[in-house]
Amino acid sequence: MMAKLFQGSVGKKISMSLTGLFLCLFLVVHLSGNLLLLKNDGGVAFNQYSEFMSTNPLIRISEIILAAAFLVHIITAILLSLQNQEARPDRYVLDRSYVHTSFASRTMIYTGSLVFIFLVIHLKTFFVPHRLFHSEQTMYQTVKLAFENPFYTGFYVVAMVLLTLHLWHGFQSAFQSLGLRHRRYTPLIEKLGMGFSILIPLGFGLIPLYFFFRQFLK
Amino acid sequence: MKLNSNIPEGPIEQKWSRRKFELKLVNPANKKKFHILVVGTGLAGASAAASLAELGYNVSVFCYQDSPRRAHSIAAQGGINAAKNYQNDGDSVWRLFYDTVKGGDFRAREANVYRLAELSVNIIDQCVAQGVPFARDYGGYLANRSFGGAQVSRTFYARGQTGQQLLLGAYGALNRQIDRGKVRCYPRHEMLDLVVVDGRAKGIVARDLVSGRIRTFAGHAVVLATGGYGNVYYLSTNAMGSNCTAAWRSYKRGACFGNPCFTQIHPTCIPVSGHYQSKLTLMSESLRNDGRVWVPLKKGDTRPPHQIPEEERDYFLERKYPSFGNLVPRDVAARSIKEVCDEGRGVGHTGLAVYLDFAQAIQEQGREAIEQKYGNLFEMYEKITATDPYKEPMQIYPAVHYTMGGLWVDYNLMTTVEGLFALGECNFSDHGANRLGASALMQGLADGYFIIPYTIGGYLAQLGMKPVEENHPAFEDAKKSVEKQLEKLLSIRGEKPVDEIHRQLGKIMWDQVGMARSKEGLEKAIEEIQKLREEFWHNVRLPGQKDQLNLELEKAGRVADFLELGELIAIDALHREESCGGHFRVEHQTEEGEAKRNDEKFAYVAAWEYQGKDKKPKLHKEKLEFEYVELAQRSYK
Amino acid sequence: MKFTLKIWRQAGPQDLGKLETHSIDGISPHMSFLEMLDVLNERLIREGKEPVAFESDCREGICGACGLFINGRAHGPEEGITTCQLHMRSFKDGDVIYIEPWRAKAFPVIKDLIVDRSAFDRIMRSGGYISVNTGSAPEANSTPVPKEVAEEAFDAATCIGCGACVATCKNASAMLFVAAKVSHLALLPQGKVERKQRVARMLQTMDTEGFGACTNTGACEAECPKKISISHIARLNREHILSSLT
Repeated sequence: MMAKLFQGSVGKKISMSLTGLFLCLFLVVHLSGNLLLLKNDGGVAFNQYSEFMSTNPLIRISEIILAAAFLVHIITAILLSLQNQEARPDRYVLDRSYVHTSFASRTMIYTGSLVFIFLVIHLKTFFVPHRLFHSEQTMYQTVKLAFENPFYTGFYVVAMVLLTLHLWHGFQSAFQSLGLRHRRYTPLIEKLGMGFSILIPLGFGLIPLYFFFRQFLK
Repeated sequence: MKLNSNIPEGPIEQKWSRRKFELKLVNPANKKKFHILVVGTGLAGASAAASLAELGYNVSVFCYQDSPRRAHSIAAQGGINAAKNYQNDGDSVWRLFYDTVKGGDFRAREANVYRLAELSVNIIDQCVAQGVPFARDYGGYLANRSFGGAQVSRTFYARGQTGQQLLLGAYGALNRQIDRGKVRCYPRHEMLDLVVVDGRAKGIVARDLVSGRIRTFAGHAVVLATGGYGNVYYLSTNAMGSNCTAAWRSYKRGACFGNPCFTQIHPTCIPVSGHYQSKLTLMSESLRNDGRVWVPLKKGDTRPPHQIPEEERDYFLERKYPSFGNLVPRDVAARSIKEVCDEGRGVGHTGLAVYLDFAQAIQEQGREAIEQKYGNLFEMYEKITATDPYKEPMQIYPAVHYTMGGLWVDYNLMTTVEGLFALGECNFSDHGANRLGASALMQGLADGYFIIPYTIGGYLAQLGMKPVEENHPAFEDAKKSVEKQLEKLLSIRGEKPVDEIHRQLGKIMWDQVGMARSKEGLEKAIEEIQKLREEFWHNVRLPGQKDQLNLELEKAGRVADFLELGELIAIDALHREESCGGHFRVEHQTEEGEAKRNDEKFAYVAAWEYQGKDKKPKLHKEKLEFEYVELAQRSYK
Repeated sequence: MKFTLKIWRQAGPQDLGKLETHSIDGISPHMSFLEMLDVLNERLIREGKEPVAFESDCREGICGACGLFINGRAHGPEEGITTCQLHMRSFKDGDVIYIEPWRAKAFPVIKDLIVDRSAFDRIMRSGGYISVNTGSAPEANSTPVPKEVAEEAFDAATCIGCGACVATCKNASAMLFVAAKVSHLALLPQGKVERKQRVARMLQTMDTEGFGACTNTGACEAECPKKISISHIARLNREHILSSLT
């Protein structure tokens, strides 16, 4: 019965939106933890937090779910994209059909792919050394080191801009795909989506900038 | 040949019940052994095909459009009449019957009209059950509006798109049967001939418009629901593809053509703007509820409308018909408009238009009230003309809209060719010489949903169960003659594109066989049409081949038939020495210039029988008896 | 007025197409776009050339037969109209106008600007109706339908099946088309009986016909000549959820 829900192109959109919203929730949790980095205690609180995150069994289970959600989100996106590409084998010579659509909505697969690349690099920098291998450094030290590098910080900031674009459309689109549309509430959801897609990446983006500029203040 | 209208005995209220009982039935198990061909997928065709398939018959349905949903019924705006009496305003089957006979200027068959009125109530039930989103009032019950020619409110509507919604309902019913495998649908197939075997219709020849292939289809009966022939005038409110070919070629195979001269000219259409014009757009009759029709008093007054003071305007409908004013019936309004324009008082850059002014209504009721009533029509007008009717009066002019004439049918809707039935606008039956607003949809659906399913059963039952005669030489012959005609058309390689000749035909028809007809004009028209037909067959220029998609070839075949039909219309108009409904002979008018009927000599249906190429058709008369509605002169003063 | 037309010419479904350039002069701004093409075709016929194949029927914006991709937009630069309702006054004298057919895998080109939209019919056949036999309908007023529900159903039911939604969608998705019918029938009490099978079957056909999926860009709603809202797509999605979970 559940299988039917996720079948067909509408079913796939439902997978996209459910996983997407779950990932949004993850962003909130992730950011709230990361904000500890901004606490001026030399990383004590953050290290405690990251220790907790890597040992708590509940978190471990959530991590697996999270990974699965990413996977489903990505694979479904690829499948949908292929289907969509195939649905129009011949392009228009002159195509201005975009005039009424937002840039963000047209570029979901691209912003998504780029965010995915970011994710891989991000995991390689933080997750892999600390969770798969036992790094000598504390998590805080790794973060600090990474963000004092202008390239890494720049890369991180660009990724957050892309994430903003992705969320700008993705957040409210998820509600539409789930059929949650209402004359009164949809405008609210849209505003919420805009706020979310700006504030969350902004929060994430502040951290590398904080570390990057802080090194010059000493 | 003798016409037999086949009307059941007994009082008019019992005729249809009696007929339903009299008709032989086909055993349910045997229905699947019969195959019926339905041509056309408008309201009549789609509803017939669906209903017949529901009964268990096998049906093949054909349309020239790419989808059955695009048939021109879709464009009907106003609504559909039904004697539901939901408004408690005194409506009844009897009153709808009476209004329709009177509105048709006493040239319709009483028994048919009564049945139509009787079935009208079932149509609404059926359509609501199909999900047609009719307008409703705040309590959730069905709403009605008033329409011309009636003093009760009995018109059901779905904003300005009633035809669309009804057609999509019938299209849904048809789709359901296609899905069940009971109907095979052949879109982009145009019927080009009827196959008659031993006097019975047994099949059709159709051209696959994509591949150009000529195919024959055999069946136990053929149902034509191919609409009207308004495009004989070139410019009309019909769709570009609307044509008379299926009906005309059936005529040539023996089906009589009834009352061809009864054509309806709708008074409120957007005027022609130039030579290039390809079609005309109707503005709903309902606009005349609040719009005032006027022209300048003086000839050749070129001032913009707002600079013409009140005392220099002529509200001619209000002046001539004080009691009905702007709401006189279609034929009367159309003629008056033509008259003032002929006097040289028409407006617009062509001088062929009058004003339909809402200034007073807006002043009295406020812009908002007008917007609520006519918003979508005003918008449509603005889209086409780029002028704002809230600020500037609309310009309107009459245009050909509907054809009451068509294939002659008996009470069972069978033509003079046994086994060939005609439904909807394609037949001549229910509207007499003038159709009332919101009655076309009613007729199409009554024929398709509720009449043909019974009467065709009667025919098939007495036909007996014989397989279709697919291999009869008549099929091959018909196919060959179709192919020959197409080859001939392509081989002419003359100078004139089809459209140009069609335009010329339209001009002859409009000028001489239009709103006002005279003996000299009609005689001249017949001569000119013959000449033009001659020219067509020698000088038309077609591109391409026959075994490919060839839009010009399609058009050429249709125009070839219009060139013959046009002459028949003129012949019929010439012979009918009276004025009635849409047929106005200048020789027959009252002192005030109103239509003057001649019931003594012309209370009959003129059914024309084809006699061969370039031979004068033979006239058969079906006398019309008026037992229930008293013959009276219409007056709208 | 004078224009340079770049028109897509393609002999058949299997042939390669290309843009062909024509200049046209003496065009009145009051002409409709299709009348302008009529003028071109009459000229081509006189010159012994093959006229441009395009479709139109009612020419008043309701039959849904016409549909051209004009200067990169479905039904041209104006909103809320079909191609036949577009007039030349919407262009500037001397404009270059690109005219292409709808492009989608599910709408193969038949010839020049004519495409095969029978996929829409097949979607409708798989459930876009209420199963009621002629004669078995109850009295029409026995089921009141709230006015606002009837109005909303009507808004969805105004779809003319022109295919502009598919043509303009970057994914060539038919979601708005399917949603319009599913939503129209799901709203009405008469249509609720079959709602579950209807949405499941129609969506399945939509997918097998090769249309793309919905990215919720809203392009379809903007180009729809009848202004059908994507809120109906949301209802379609709800209907799918309802159908698969219950």
